[in-house]
Amino acid sequence: MTATMTRAKTPAAAPGTPARVRSNIARTPRTFYWMVVPAVVIFFALHTIPVLSGMFFSLTNYAGYGTWDLVGFSNYINLFQDDRVLNSYGFTFGFAIVSTILVNVIALAIALGLNSKIKFQAAFRGVFFIPYVLAILIIGYVFNYLFANSFPAIFTALGLPGLSGNLLASPDFAWVGIVITTVWQAAAFNVILYLAGLQTISADLYEAAAIDGASGWRRFRSITFPLIGAYFTINMVLSFKSFLQVFDQIVALTAGGPGTSTESIALVIFRGGFQGGEYGYQMANAVVYLFVIIIVSFLQLRILQRREASFS
Amino acid sequence: MTDTLTQTTAPLPGEPDAPTRAPRTRRRLDGGNGGTNWWLTALIAVCSLTVLIPLYFTVVTALKTPDQLGGTGFELPTSIRWENFADAYQLTNFPRALMNTALITVGAVFLTLLTNSLVAYAIARNMHKRFFKGLYFYFLAAIFVPFPIIMLPVVKETALLGLDTPVGLVLLYTVYGLSFNIFIFVAYINSIPVELEEAARLDGASTWTVFWKVIFPLLSPMNATVGILTCVWAWNDFLLPLVVLSDPSAQTLPLAQFIFQGQFNTNYPVAFASYLMALAPLLVVYVIAQKWVVSGVTRGSVK
Repeated sequence: MTATMTRAKTPAAAPGTPARVRSNIARTPRTFYWMVVPAVVIFFALHTIPVLSGMFFSLTNYAGYGTWDLVGFSNYINLFQDDRVLNSYGFTFGFAIVSTILVNVIALAIALGLNSKIKFQAAFRGVFFIPYVLAILIIGYVFNYLFANSFPAIFTALGLPGLSGNLLASPDFAWVGIVITTVWQAAAFNVILYLAGLQTISADLYEAAAIDGASGWRRFRSITFPLIGAYFTINMVLSFKSFLQVFDQIVALTAGGPGTSTESIALVIFRGGFQGGEYGYQMANAVVYLFVIIIVSFLQLRILQRREASFS
Repeated sequence: MTDTLTQTTAPLPGEPDAPTRAPRTRRRLDGGNGGTNWWLTALIAVCSLTVLIPLYFTVVTALKTPDQLGGTGFELPTSIRWENFADAYQLTNFPRALMNTALITVGAVFLTLLTNSLVAYAIARNMHKRFFKGLYFYFLAAIFVPFPIIMLPVVKETALLGLDTPVGLVLLYTVYGLSFNIFIFVAYINSIPVELEEAARLDGASTWTVFWKVIFPLLSPMNATVGILTCVWAWNDFLLPLVVLSDPSAQTLPLAQFIFQGQFNTNYPVAFASYLMALAPLLVVYVIAQKWVVSGVTRGSVK
């Protein structure tokens, strides 16, 4: 690296002739290569090699230790007959769809509120952004206590014994608790992004619409939403992708329970791969998961961008 | 962004003293333009309680004695037990976890800013070349690779290379952040006129000098954005330290909360004191640098 630095500097020391300039430009690419090559090598080693080796081991019966044999595609065939894996896909997708919609609707609503003529705007903005800097694992522990102790006590006091159980202990509704915690934390970041989008819209447009007598909803449908369409697309794709990888809050809230009712794909891969001696098998699961995420992300981009275009 | 912030907040301190009364009536004639919407303010205030109440709950629980825990838990403590913090401090070995987290976060932020911007610069200025364009899409494609597929193999690899340490984590955050950071750095660098560099280059500056002396200072708004995003990510991350770190003395703050969960037993006040201590450092930084943090994150999205 030091060698290149001095080499790159040499032409500069040469007397000022047109040739100097030309040689400098000709040499520039080499420096640019030196800027990227170390990064590419390290990125390849720590990102691409794990992906490729994971793909390879998905074709083996490797337990994570000891010897292994190639077993062809039998891991993949077994995946589709494994109730625990299928269940985790069902849970993860249900969770991600509900959370993505809720986070985006709530964040957009809050951003619209914060962007209108309210008092203490800066203070409220500051408050809504707080959850972004808090660790979701720790938030999960706090909400765990709320769901287990505080909410049941409140509902009992309100005379609603039907709701006085621990939400997280119910196999059918524990996922609701995970959604609530996730939305609480994730809305913050999306509020900021939507707010940024809203501030790019010129106030003149709204004034013109007000003169034409457009109602609030009509203004939102015809001006605001089409103009922040790009933000909507990005937020939907990014939040859906990150919710499909849900892990921390599940560890803190339910640990996958009751039973295996709230086990996410990431949690199944983690448990099977590190604790269950299913390295090869869970790598097959992870490869399927990779393709699912790629397909879903591209479908989302296609559909949302088409809508975005038709609005404008 | 900062301009808009000040612009929108500027009319707010307009408390109705005598000279401002005239514009106030005019505002109403303009169709509410500039008038404060009090109903909406109240609604937003109520909504903000959903954020504040769990935080209030964390604070009051951390101050209670275990026998005050009955009821809904939202009651104020009758007597305050500061020892909860001392207990949590010792039980989770707080100073060590704080130190580890701080070092990893600072290391990740510095290495990310220095290297990711450099790579993005080289790519942005050579996008017309097939090699660099290919690299750009290679890095971008990694955005769609979920972490769980890397998780199992990378643990084997870091153990093999001796990177199952805080230093290894710094490297991993820098590498895994590269995809997204290149995406936003390249977009920003494209908006910087090449003429600036050409002037410096005609004066005899090398490409390295041009980057450090001309481009890097111009990147400071984006550096703030990337720095904040990396900081919050590295500070709060749980899964990567959980699987990568092998030495228990290298524990980070979230990891310590997870590991000591069993040891808190039912002593929730101590557990909550521990949560509060783990959340506090970043929260304090955020409160101090609030305006800056918000505008920094927003800038990342306005390309």
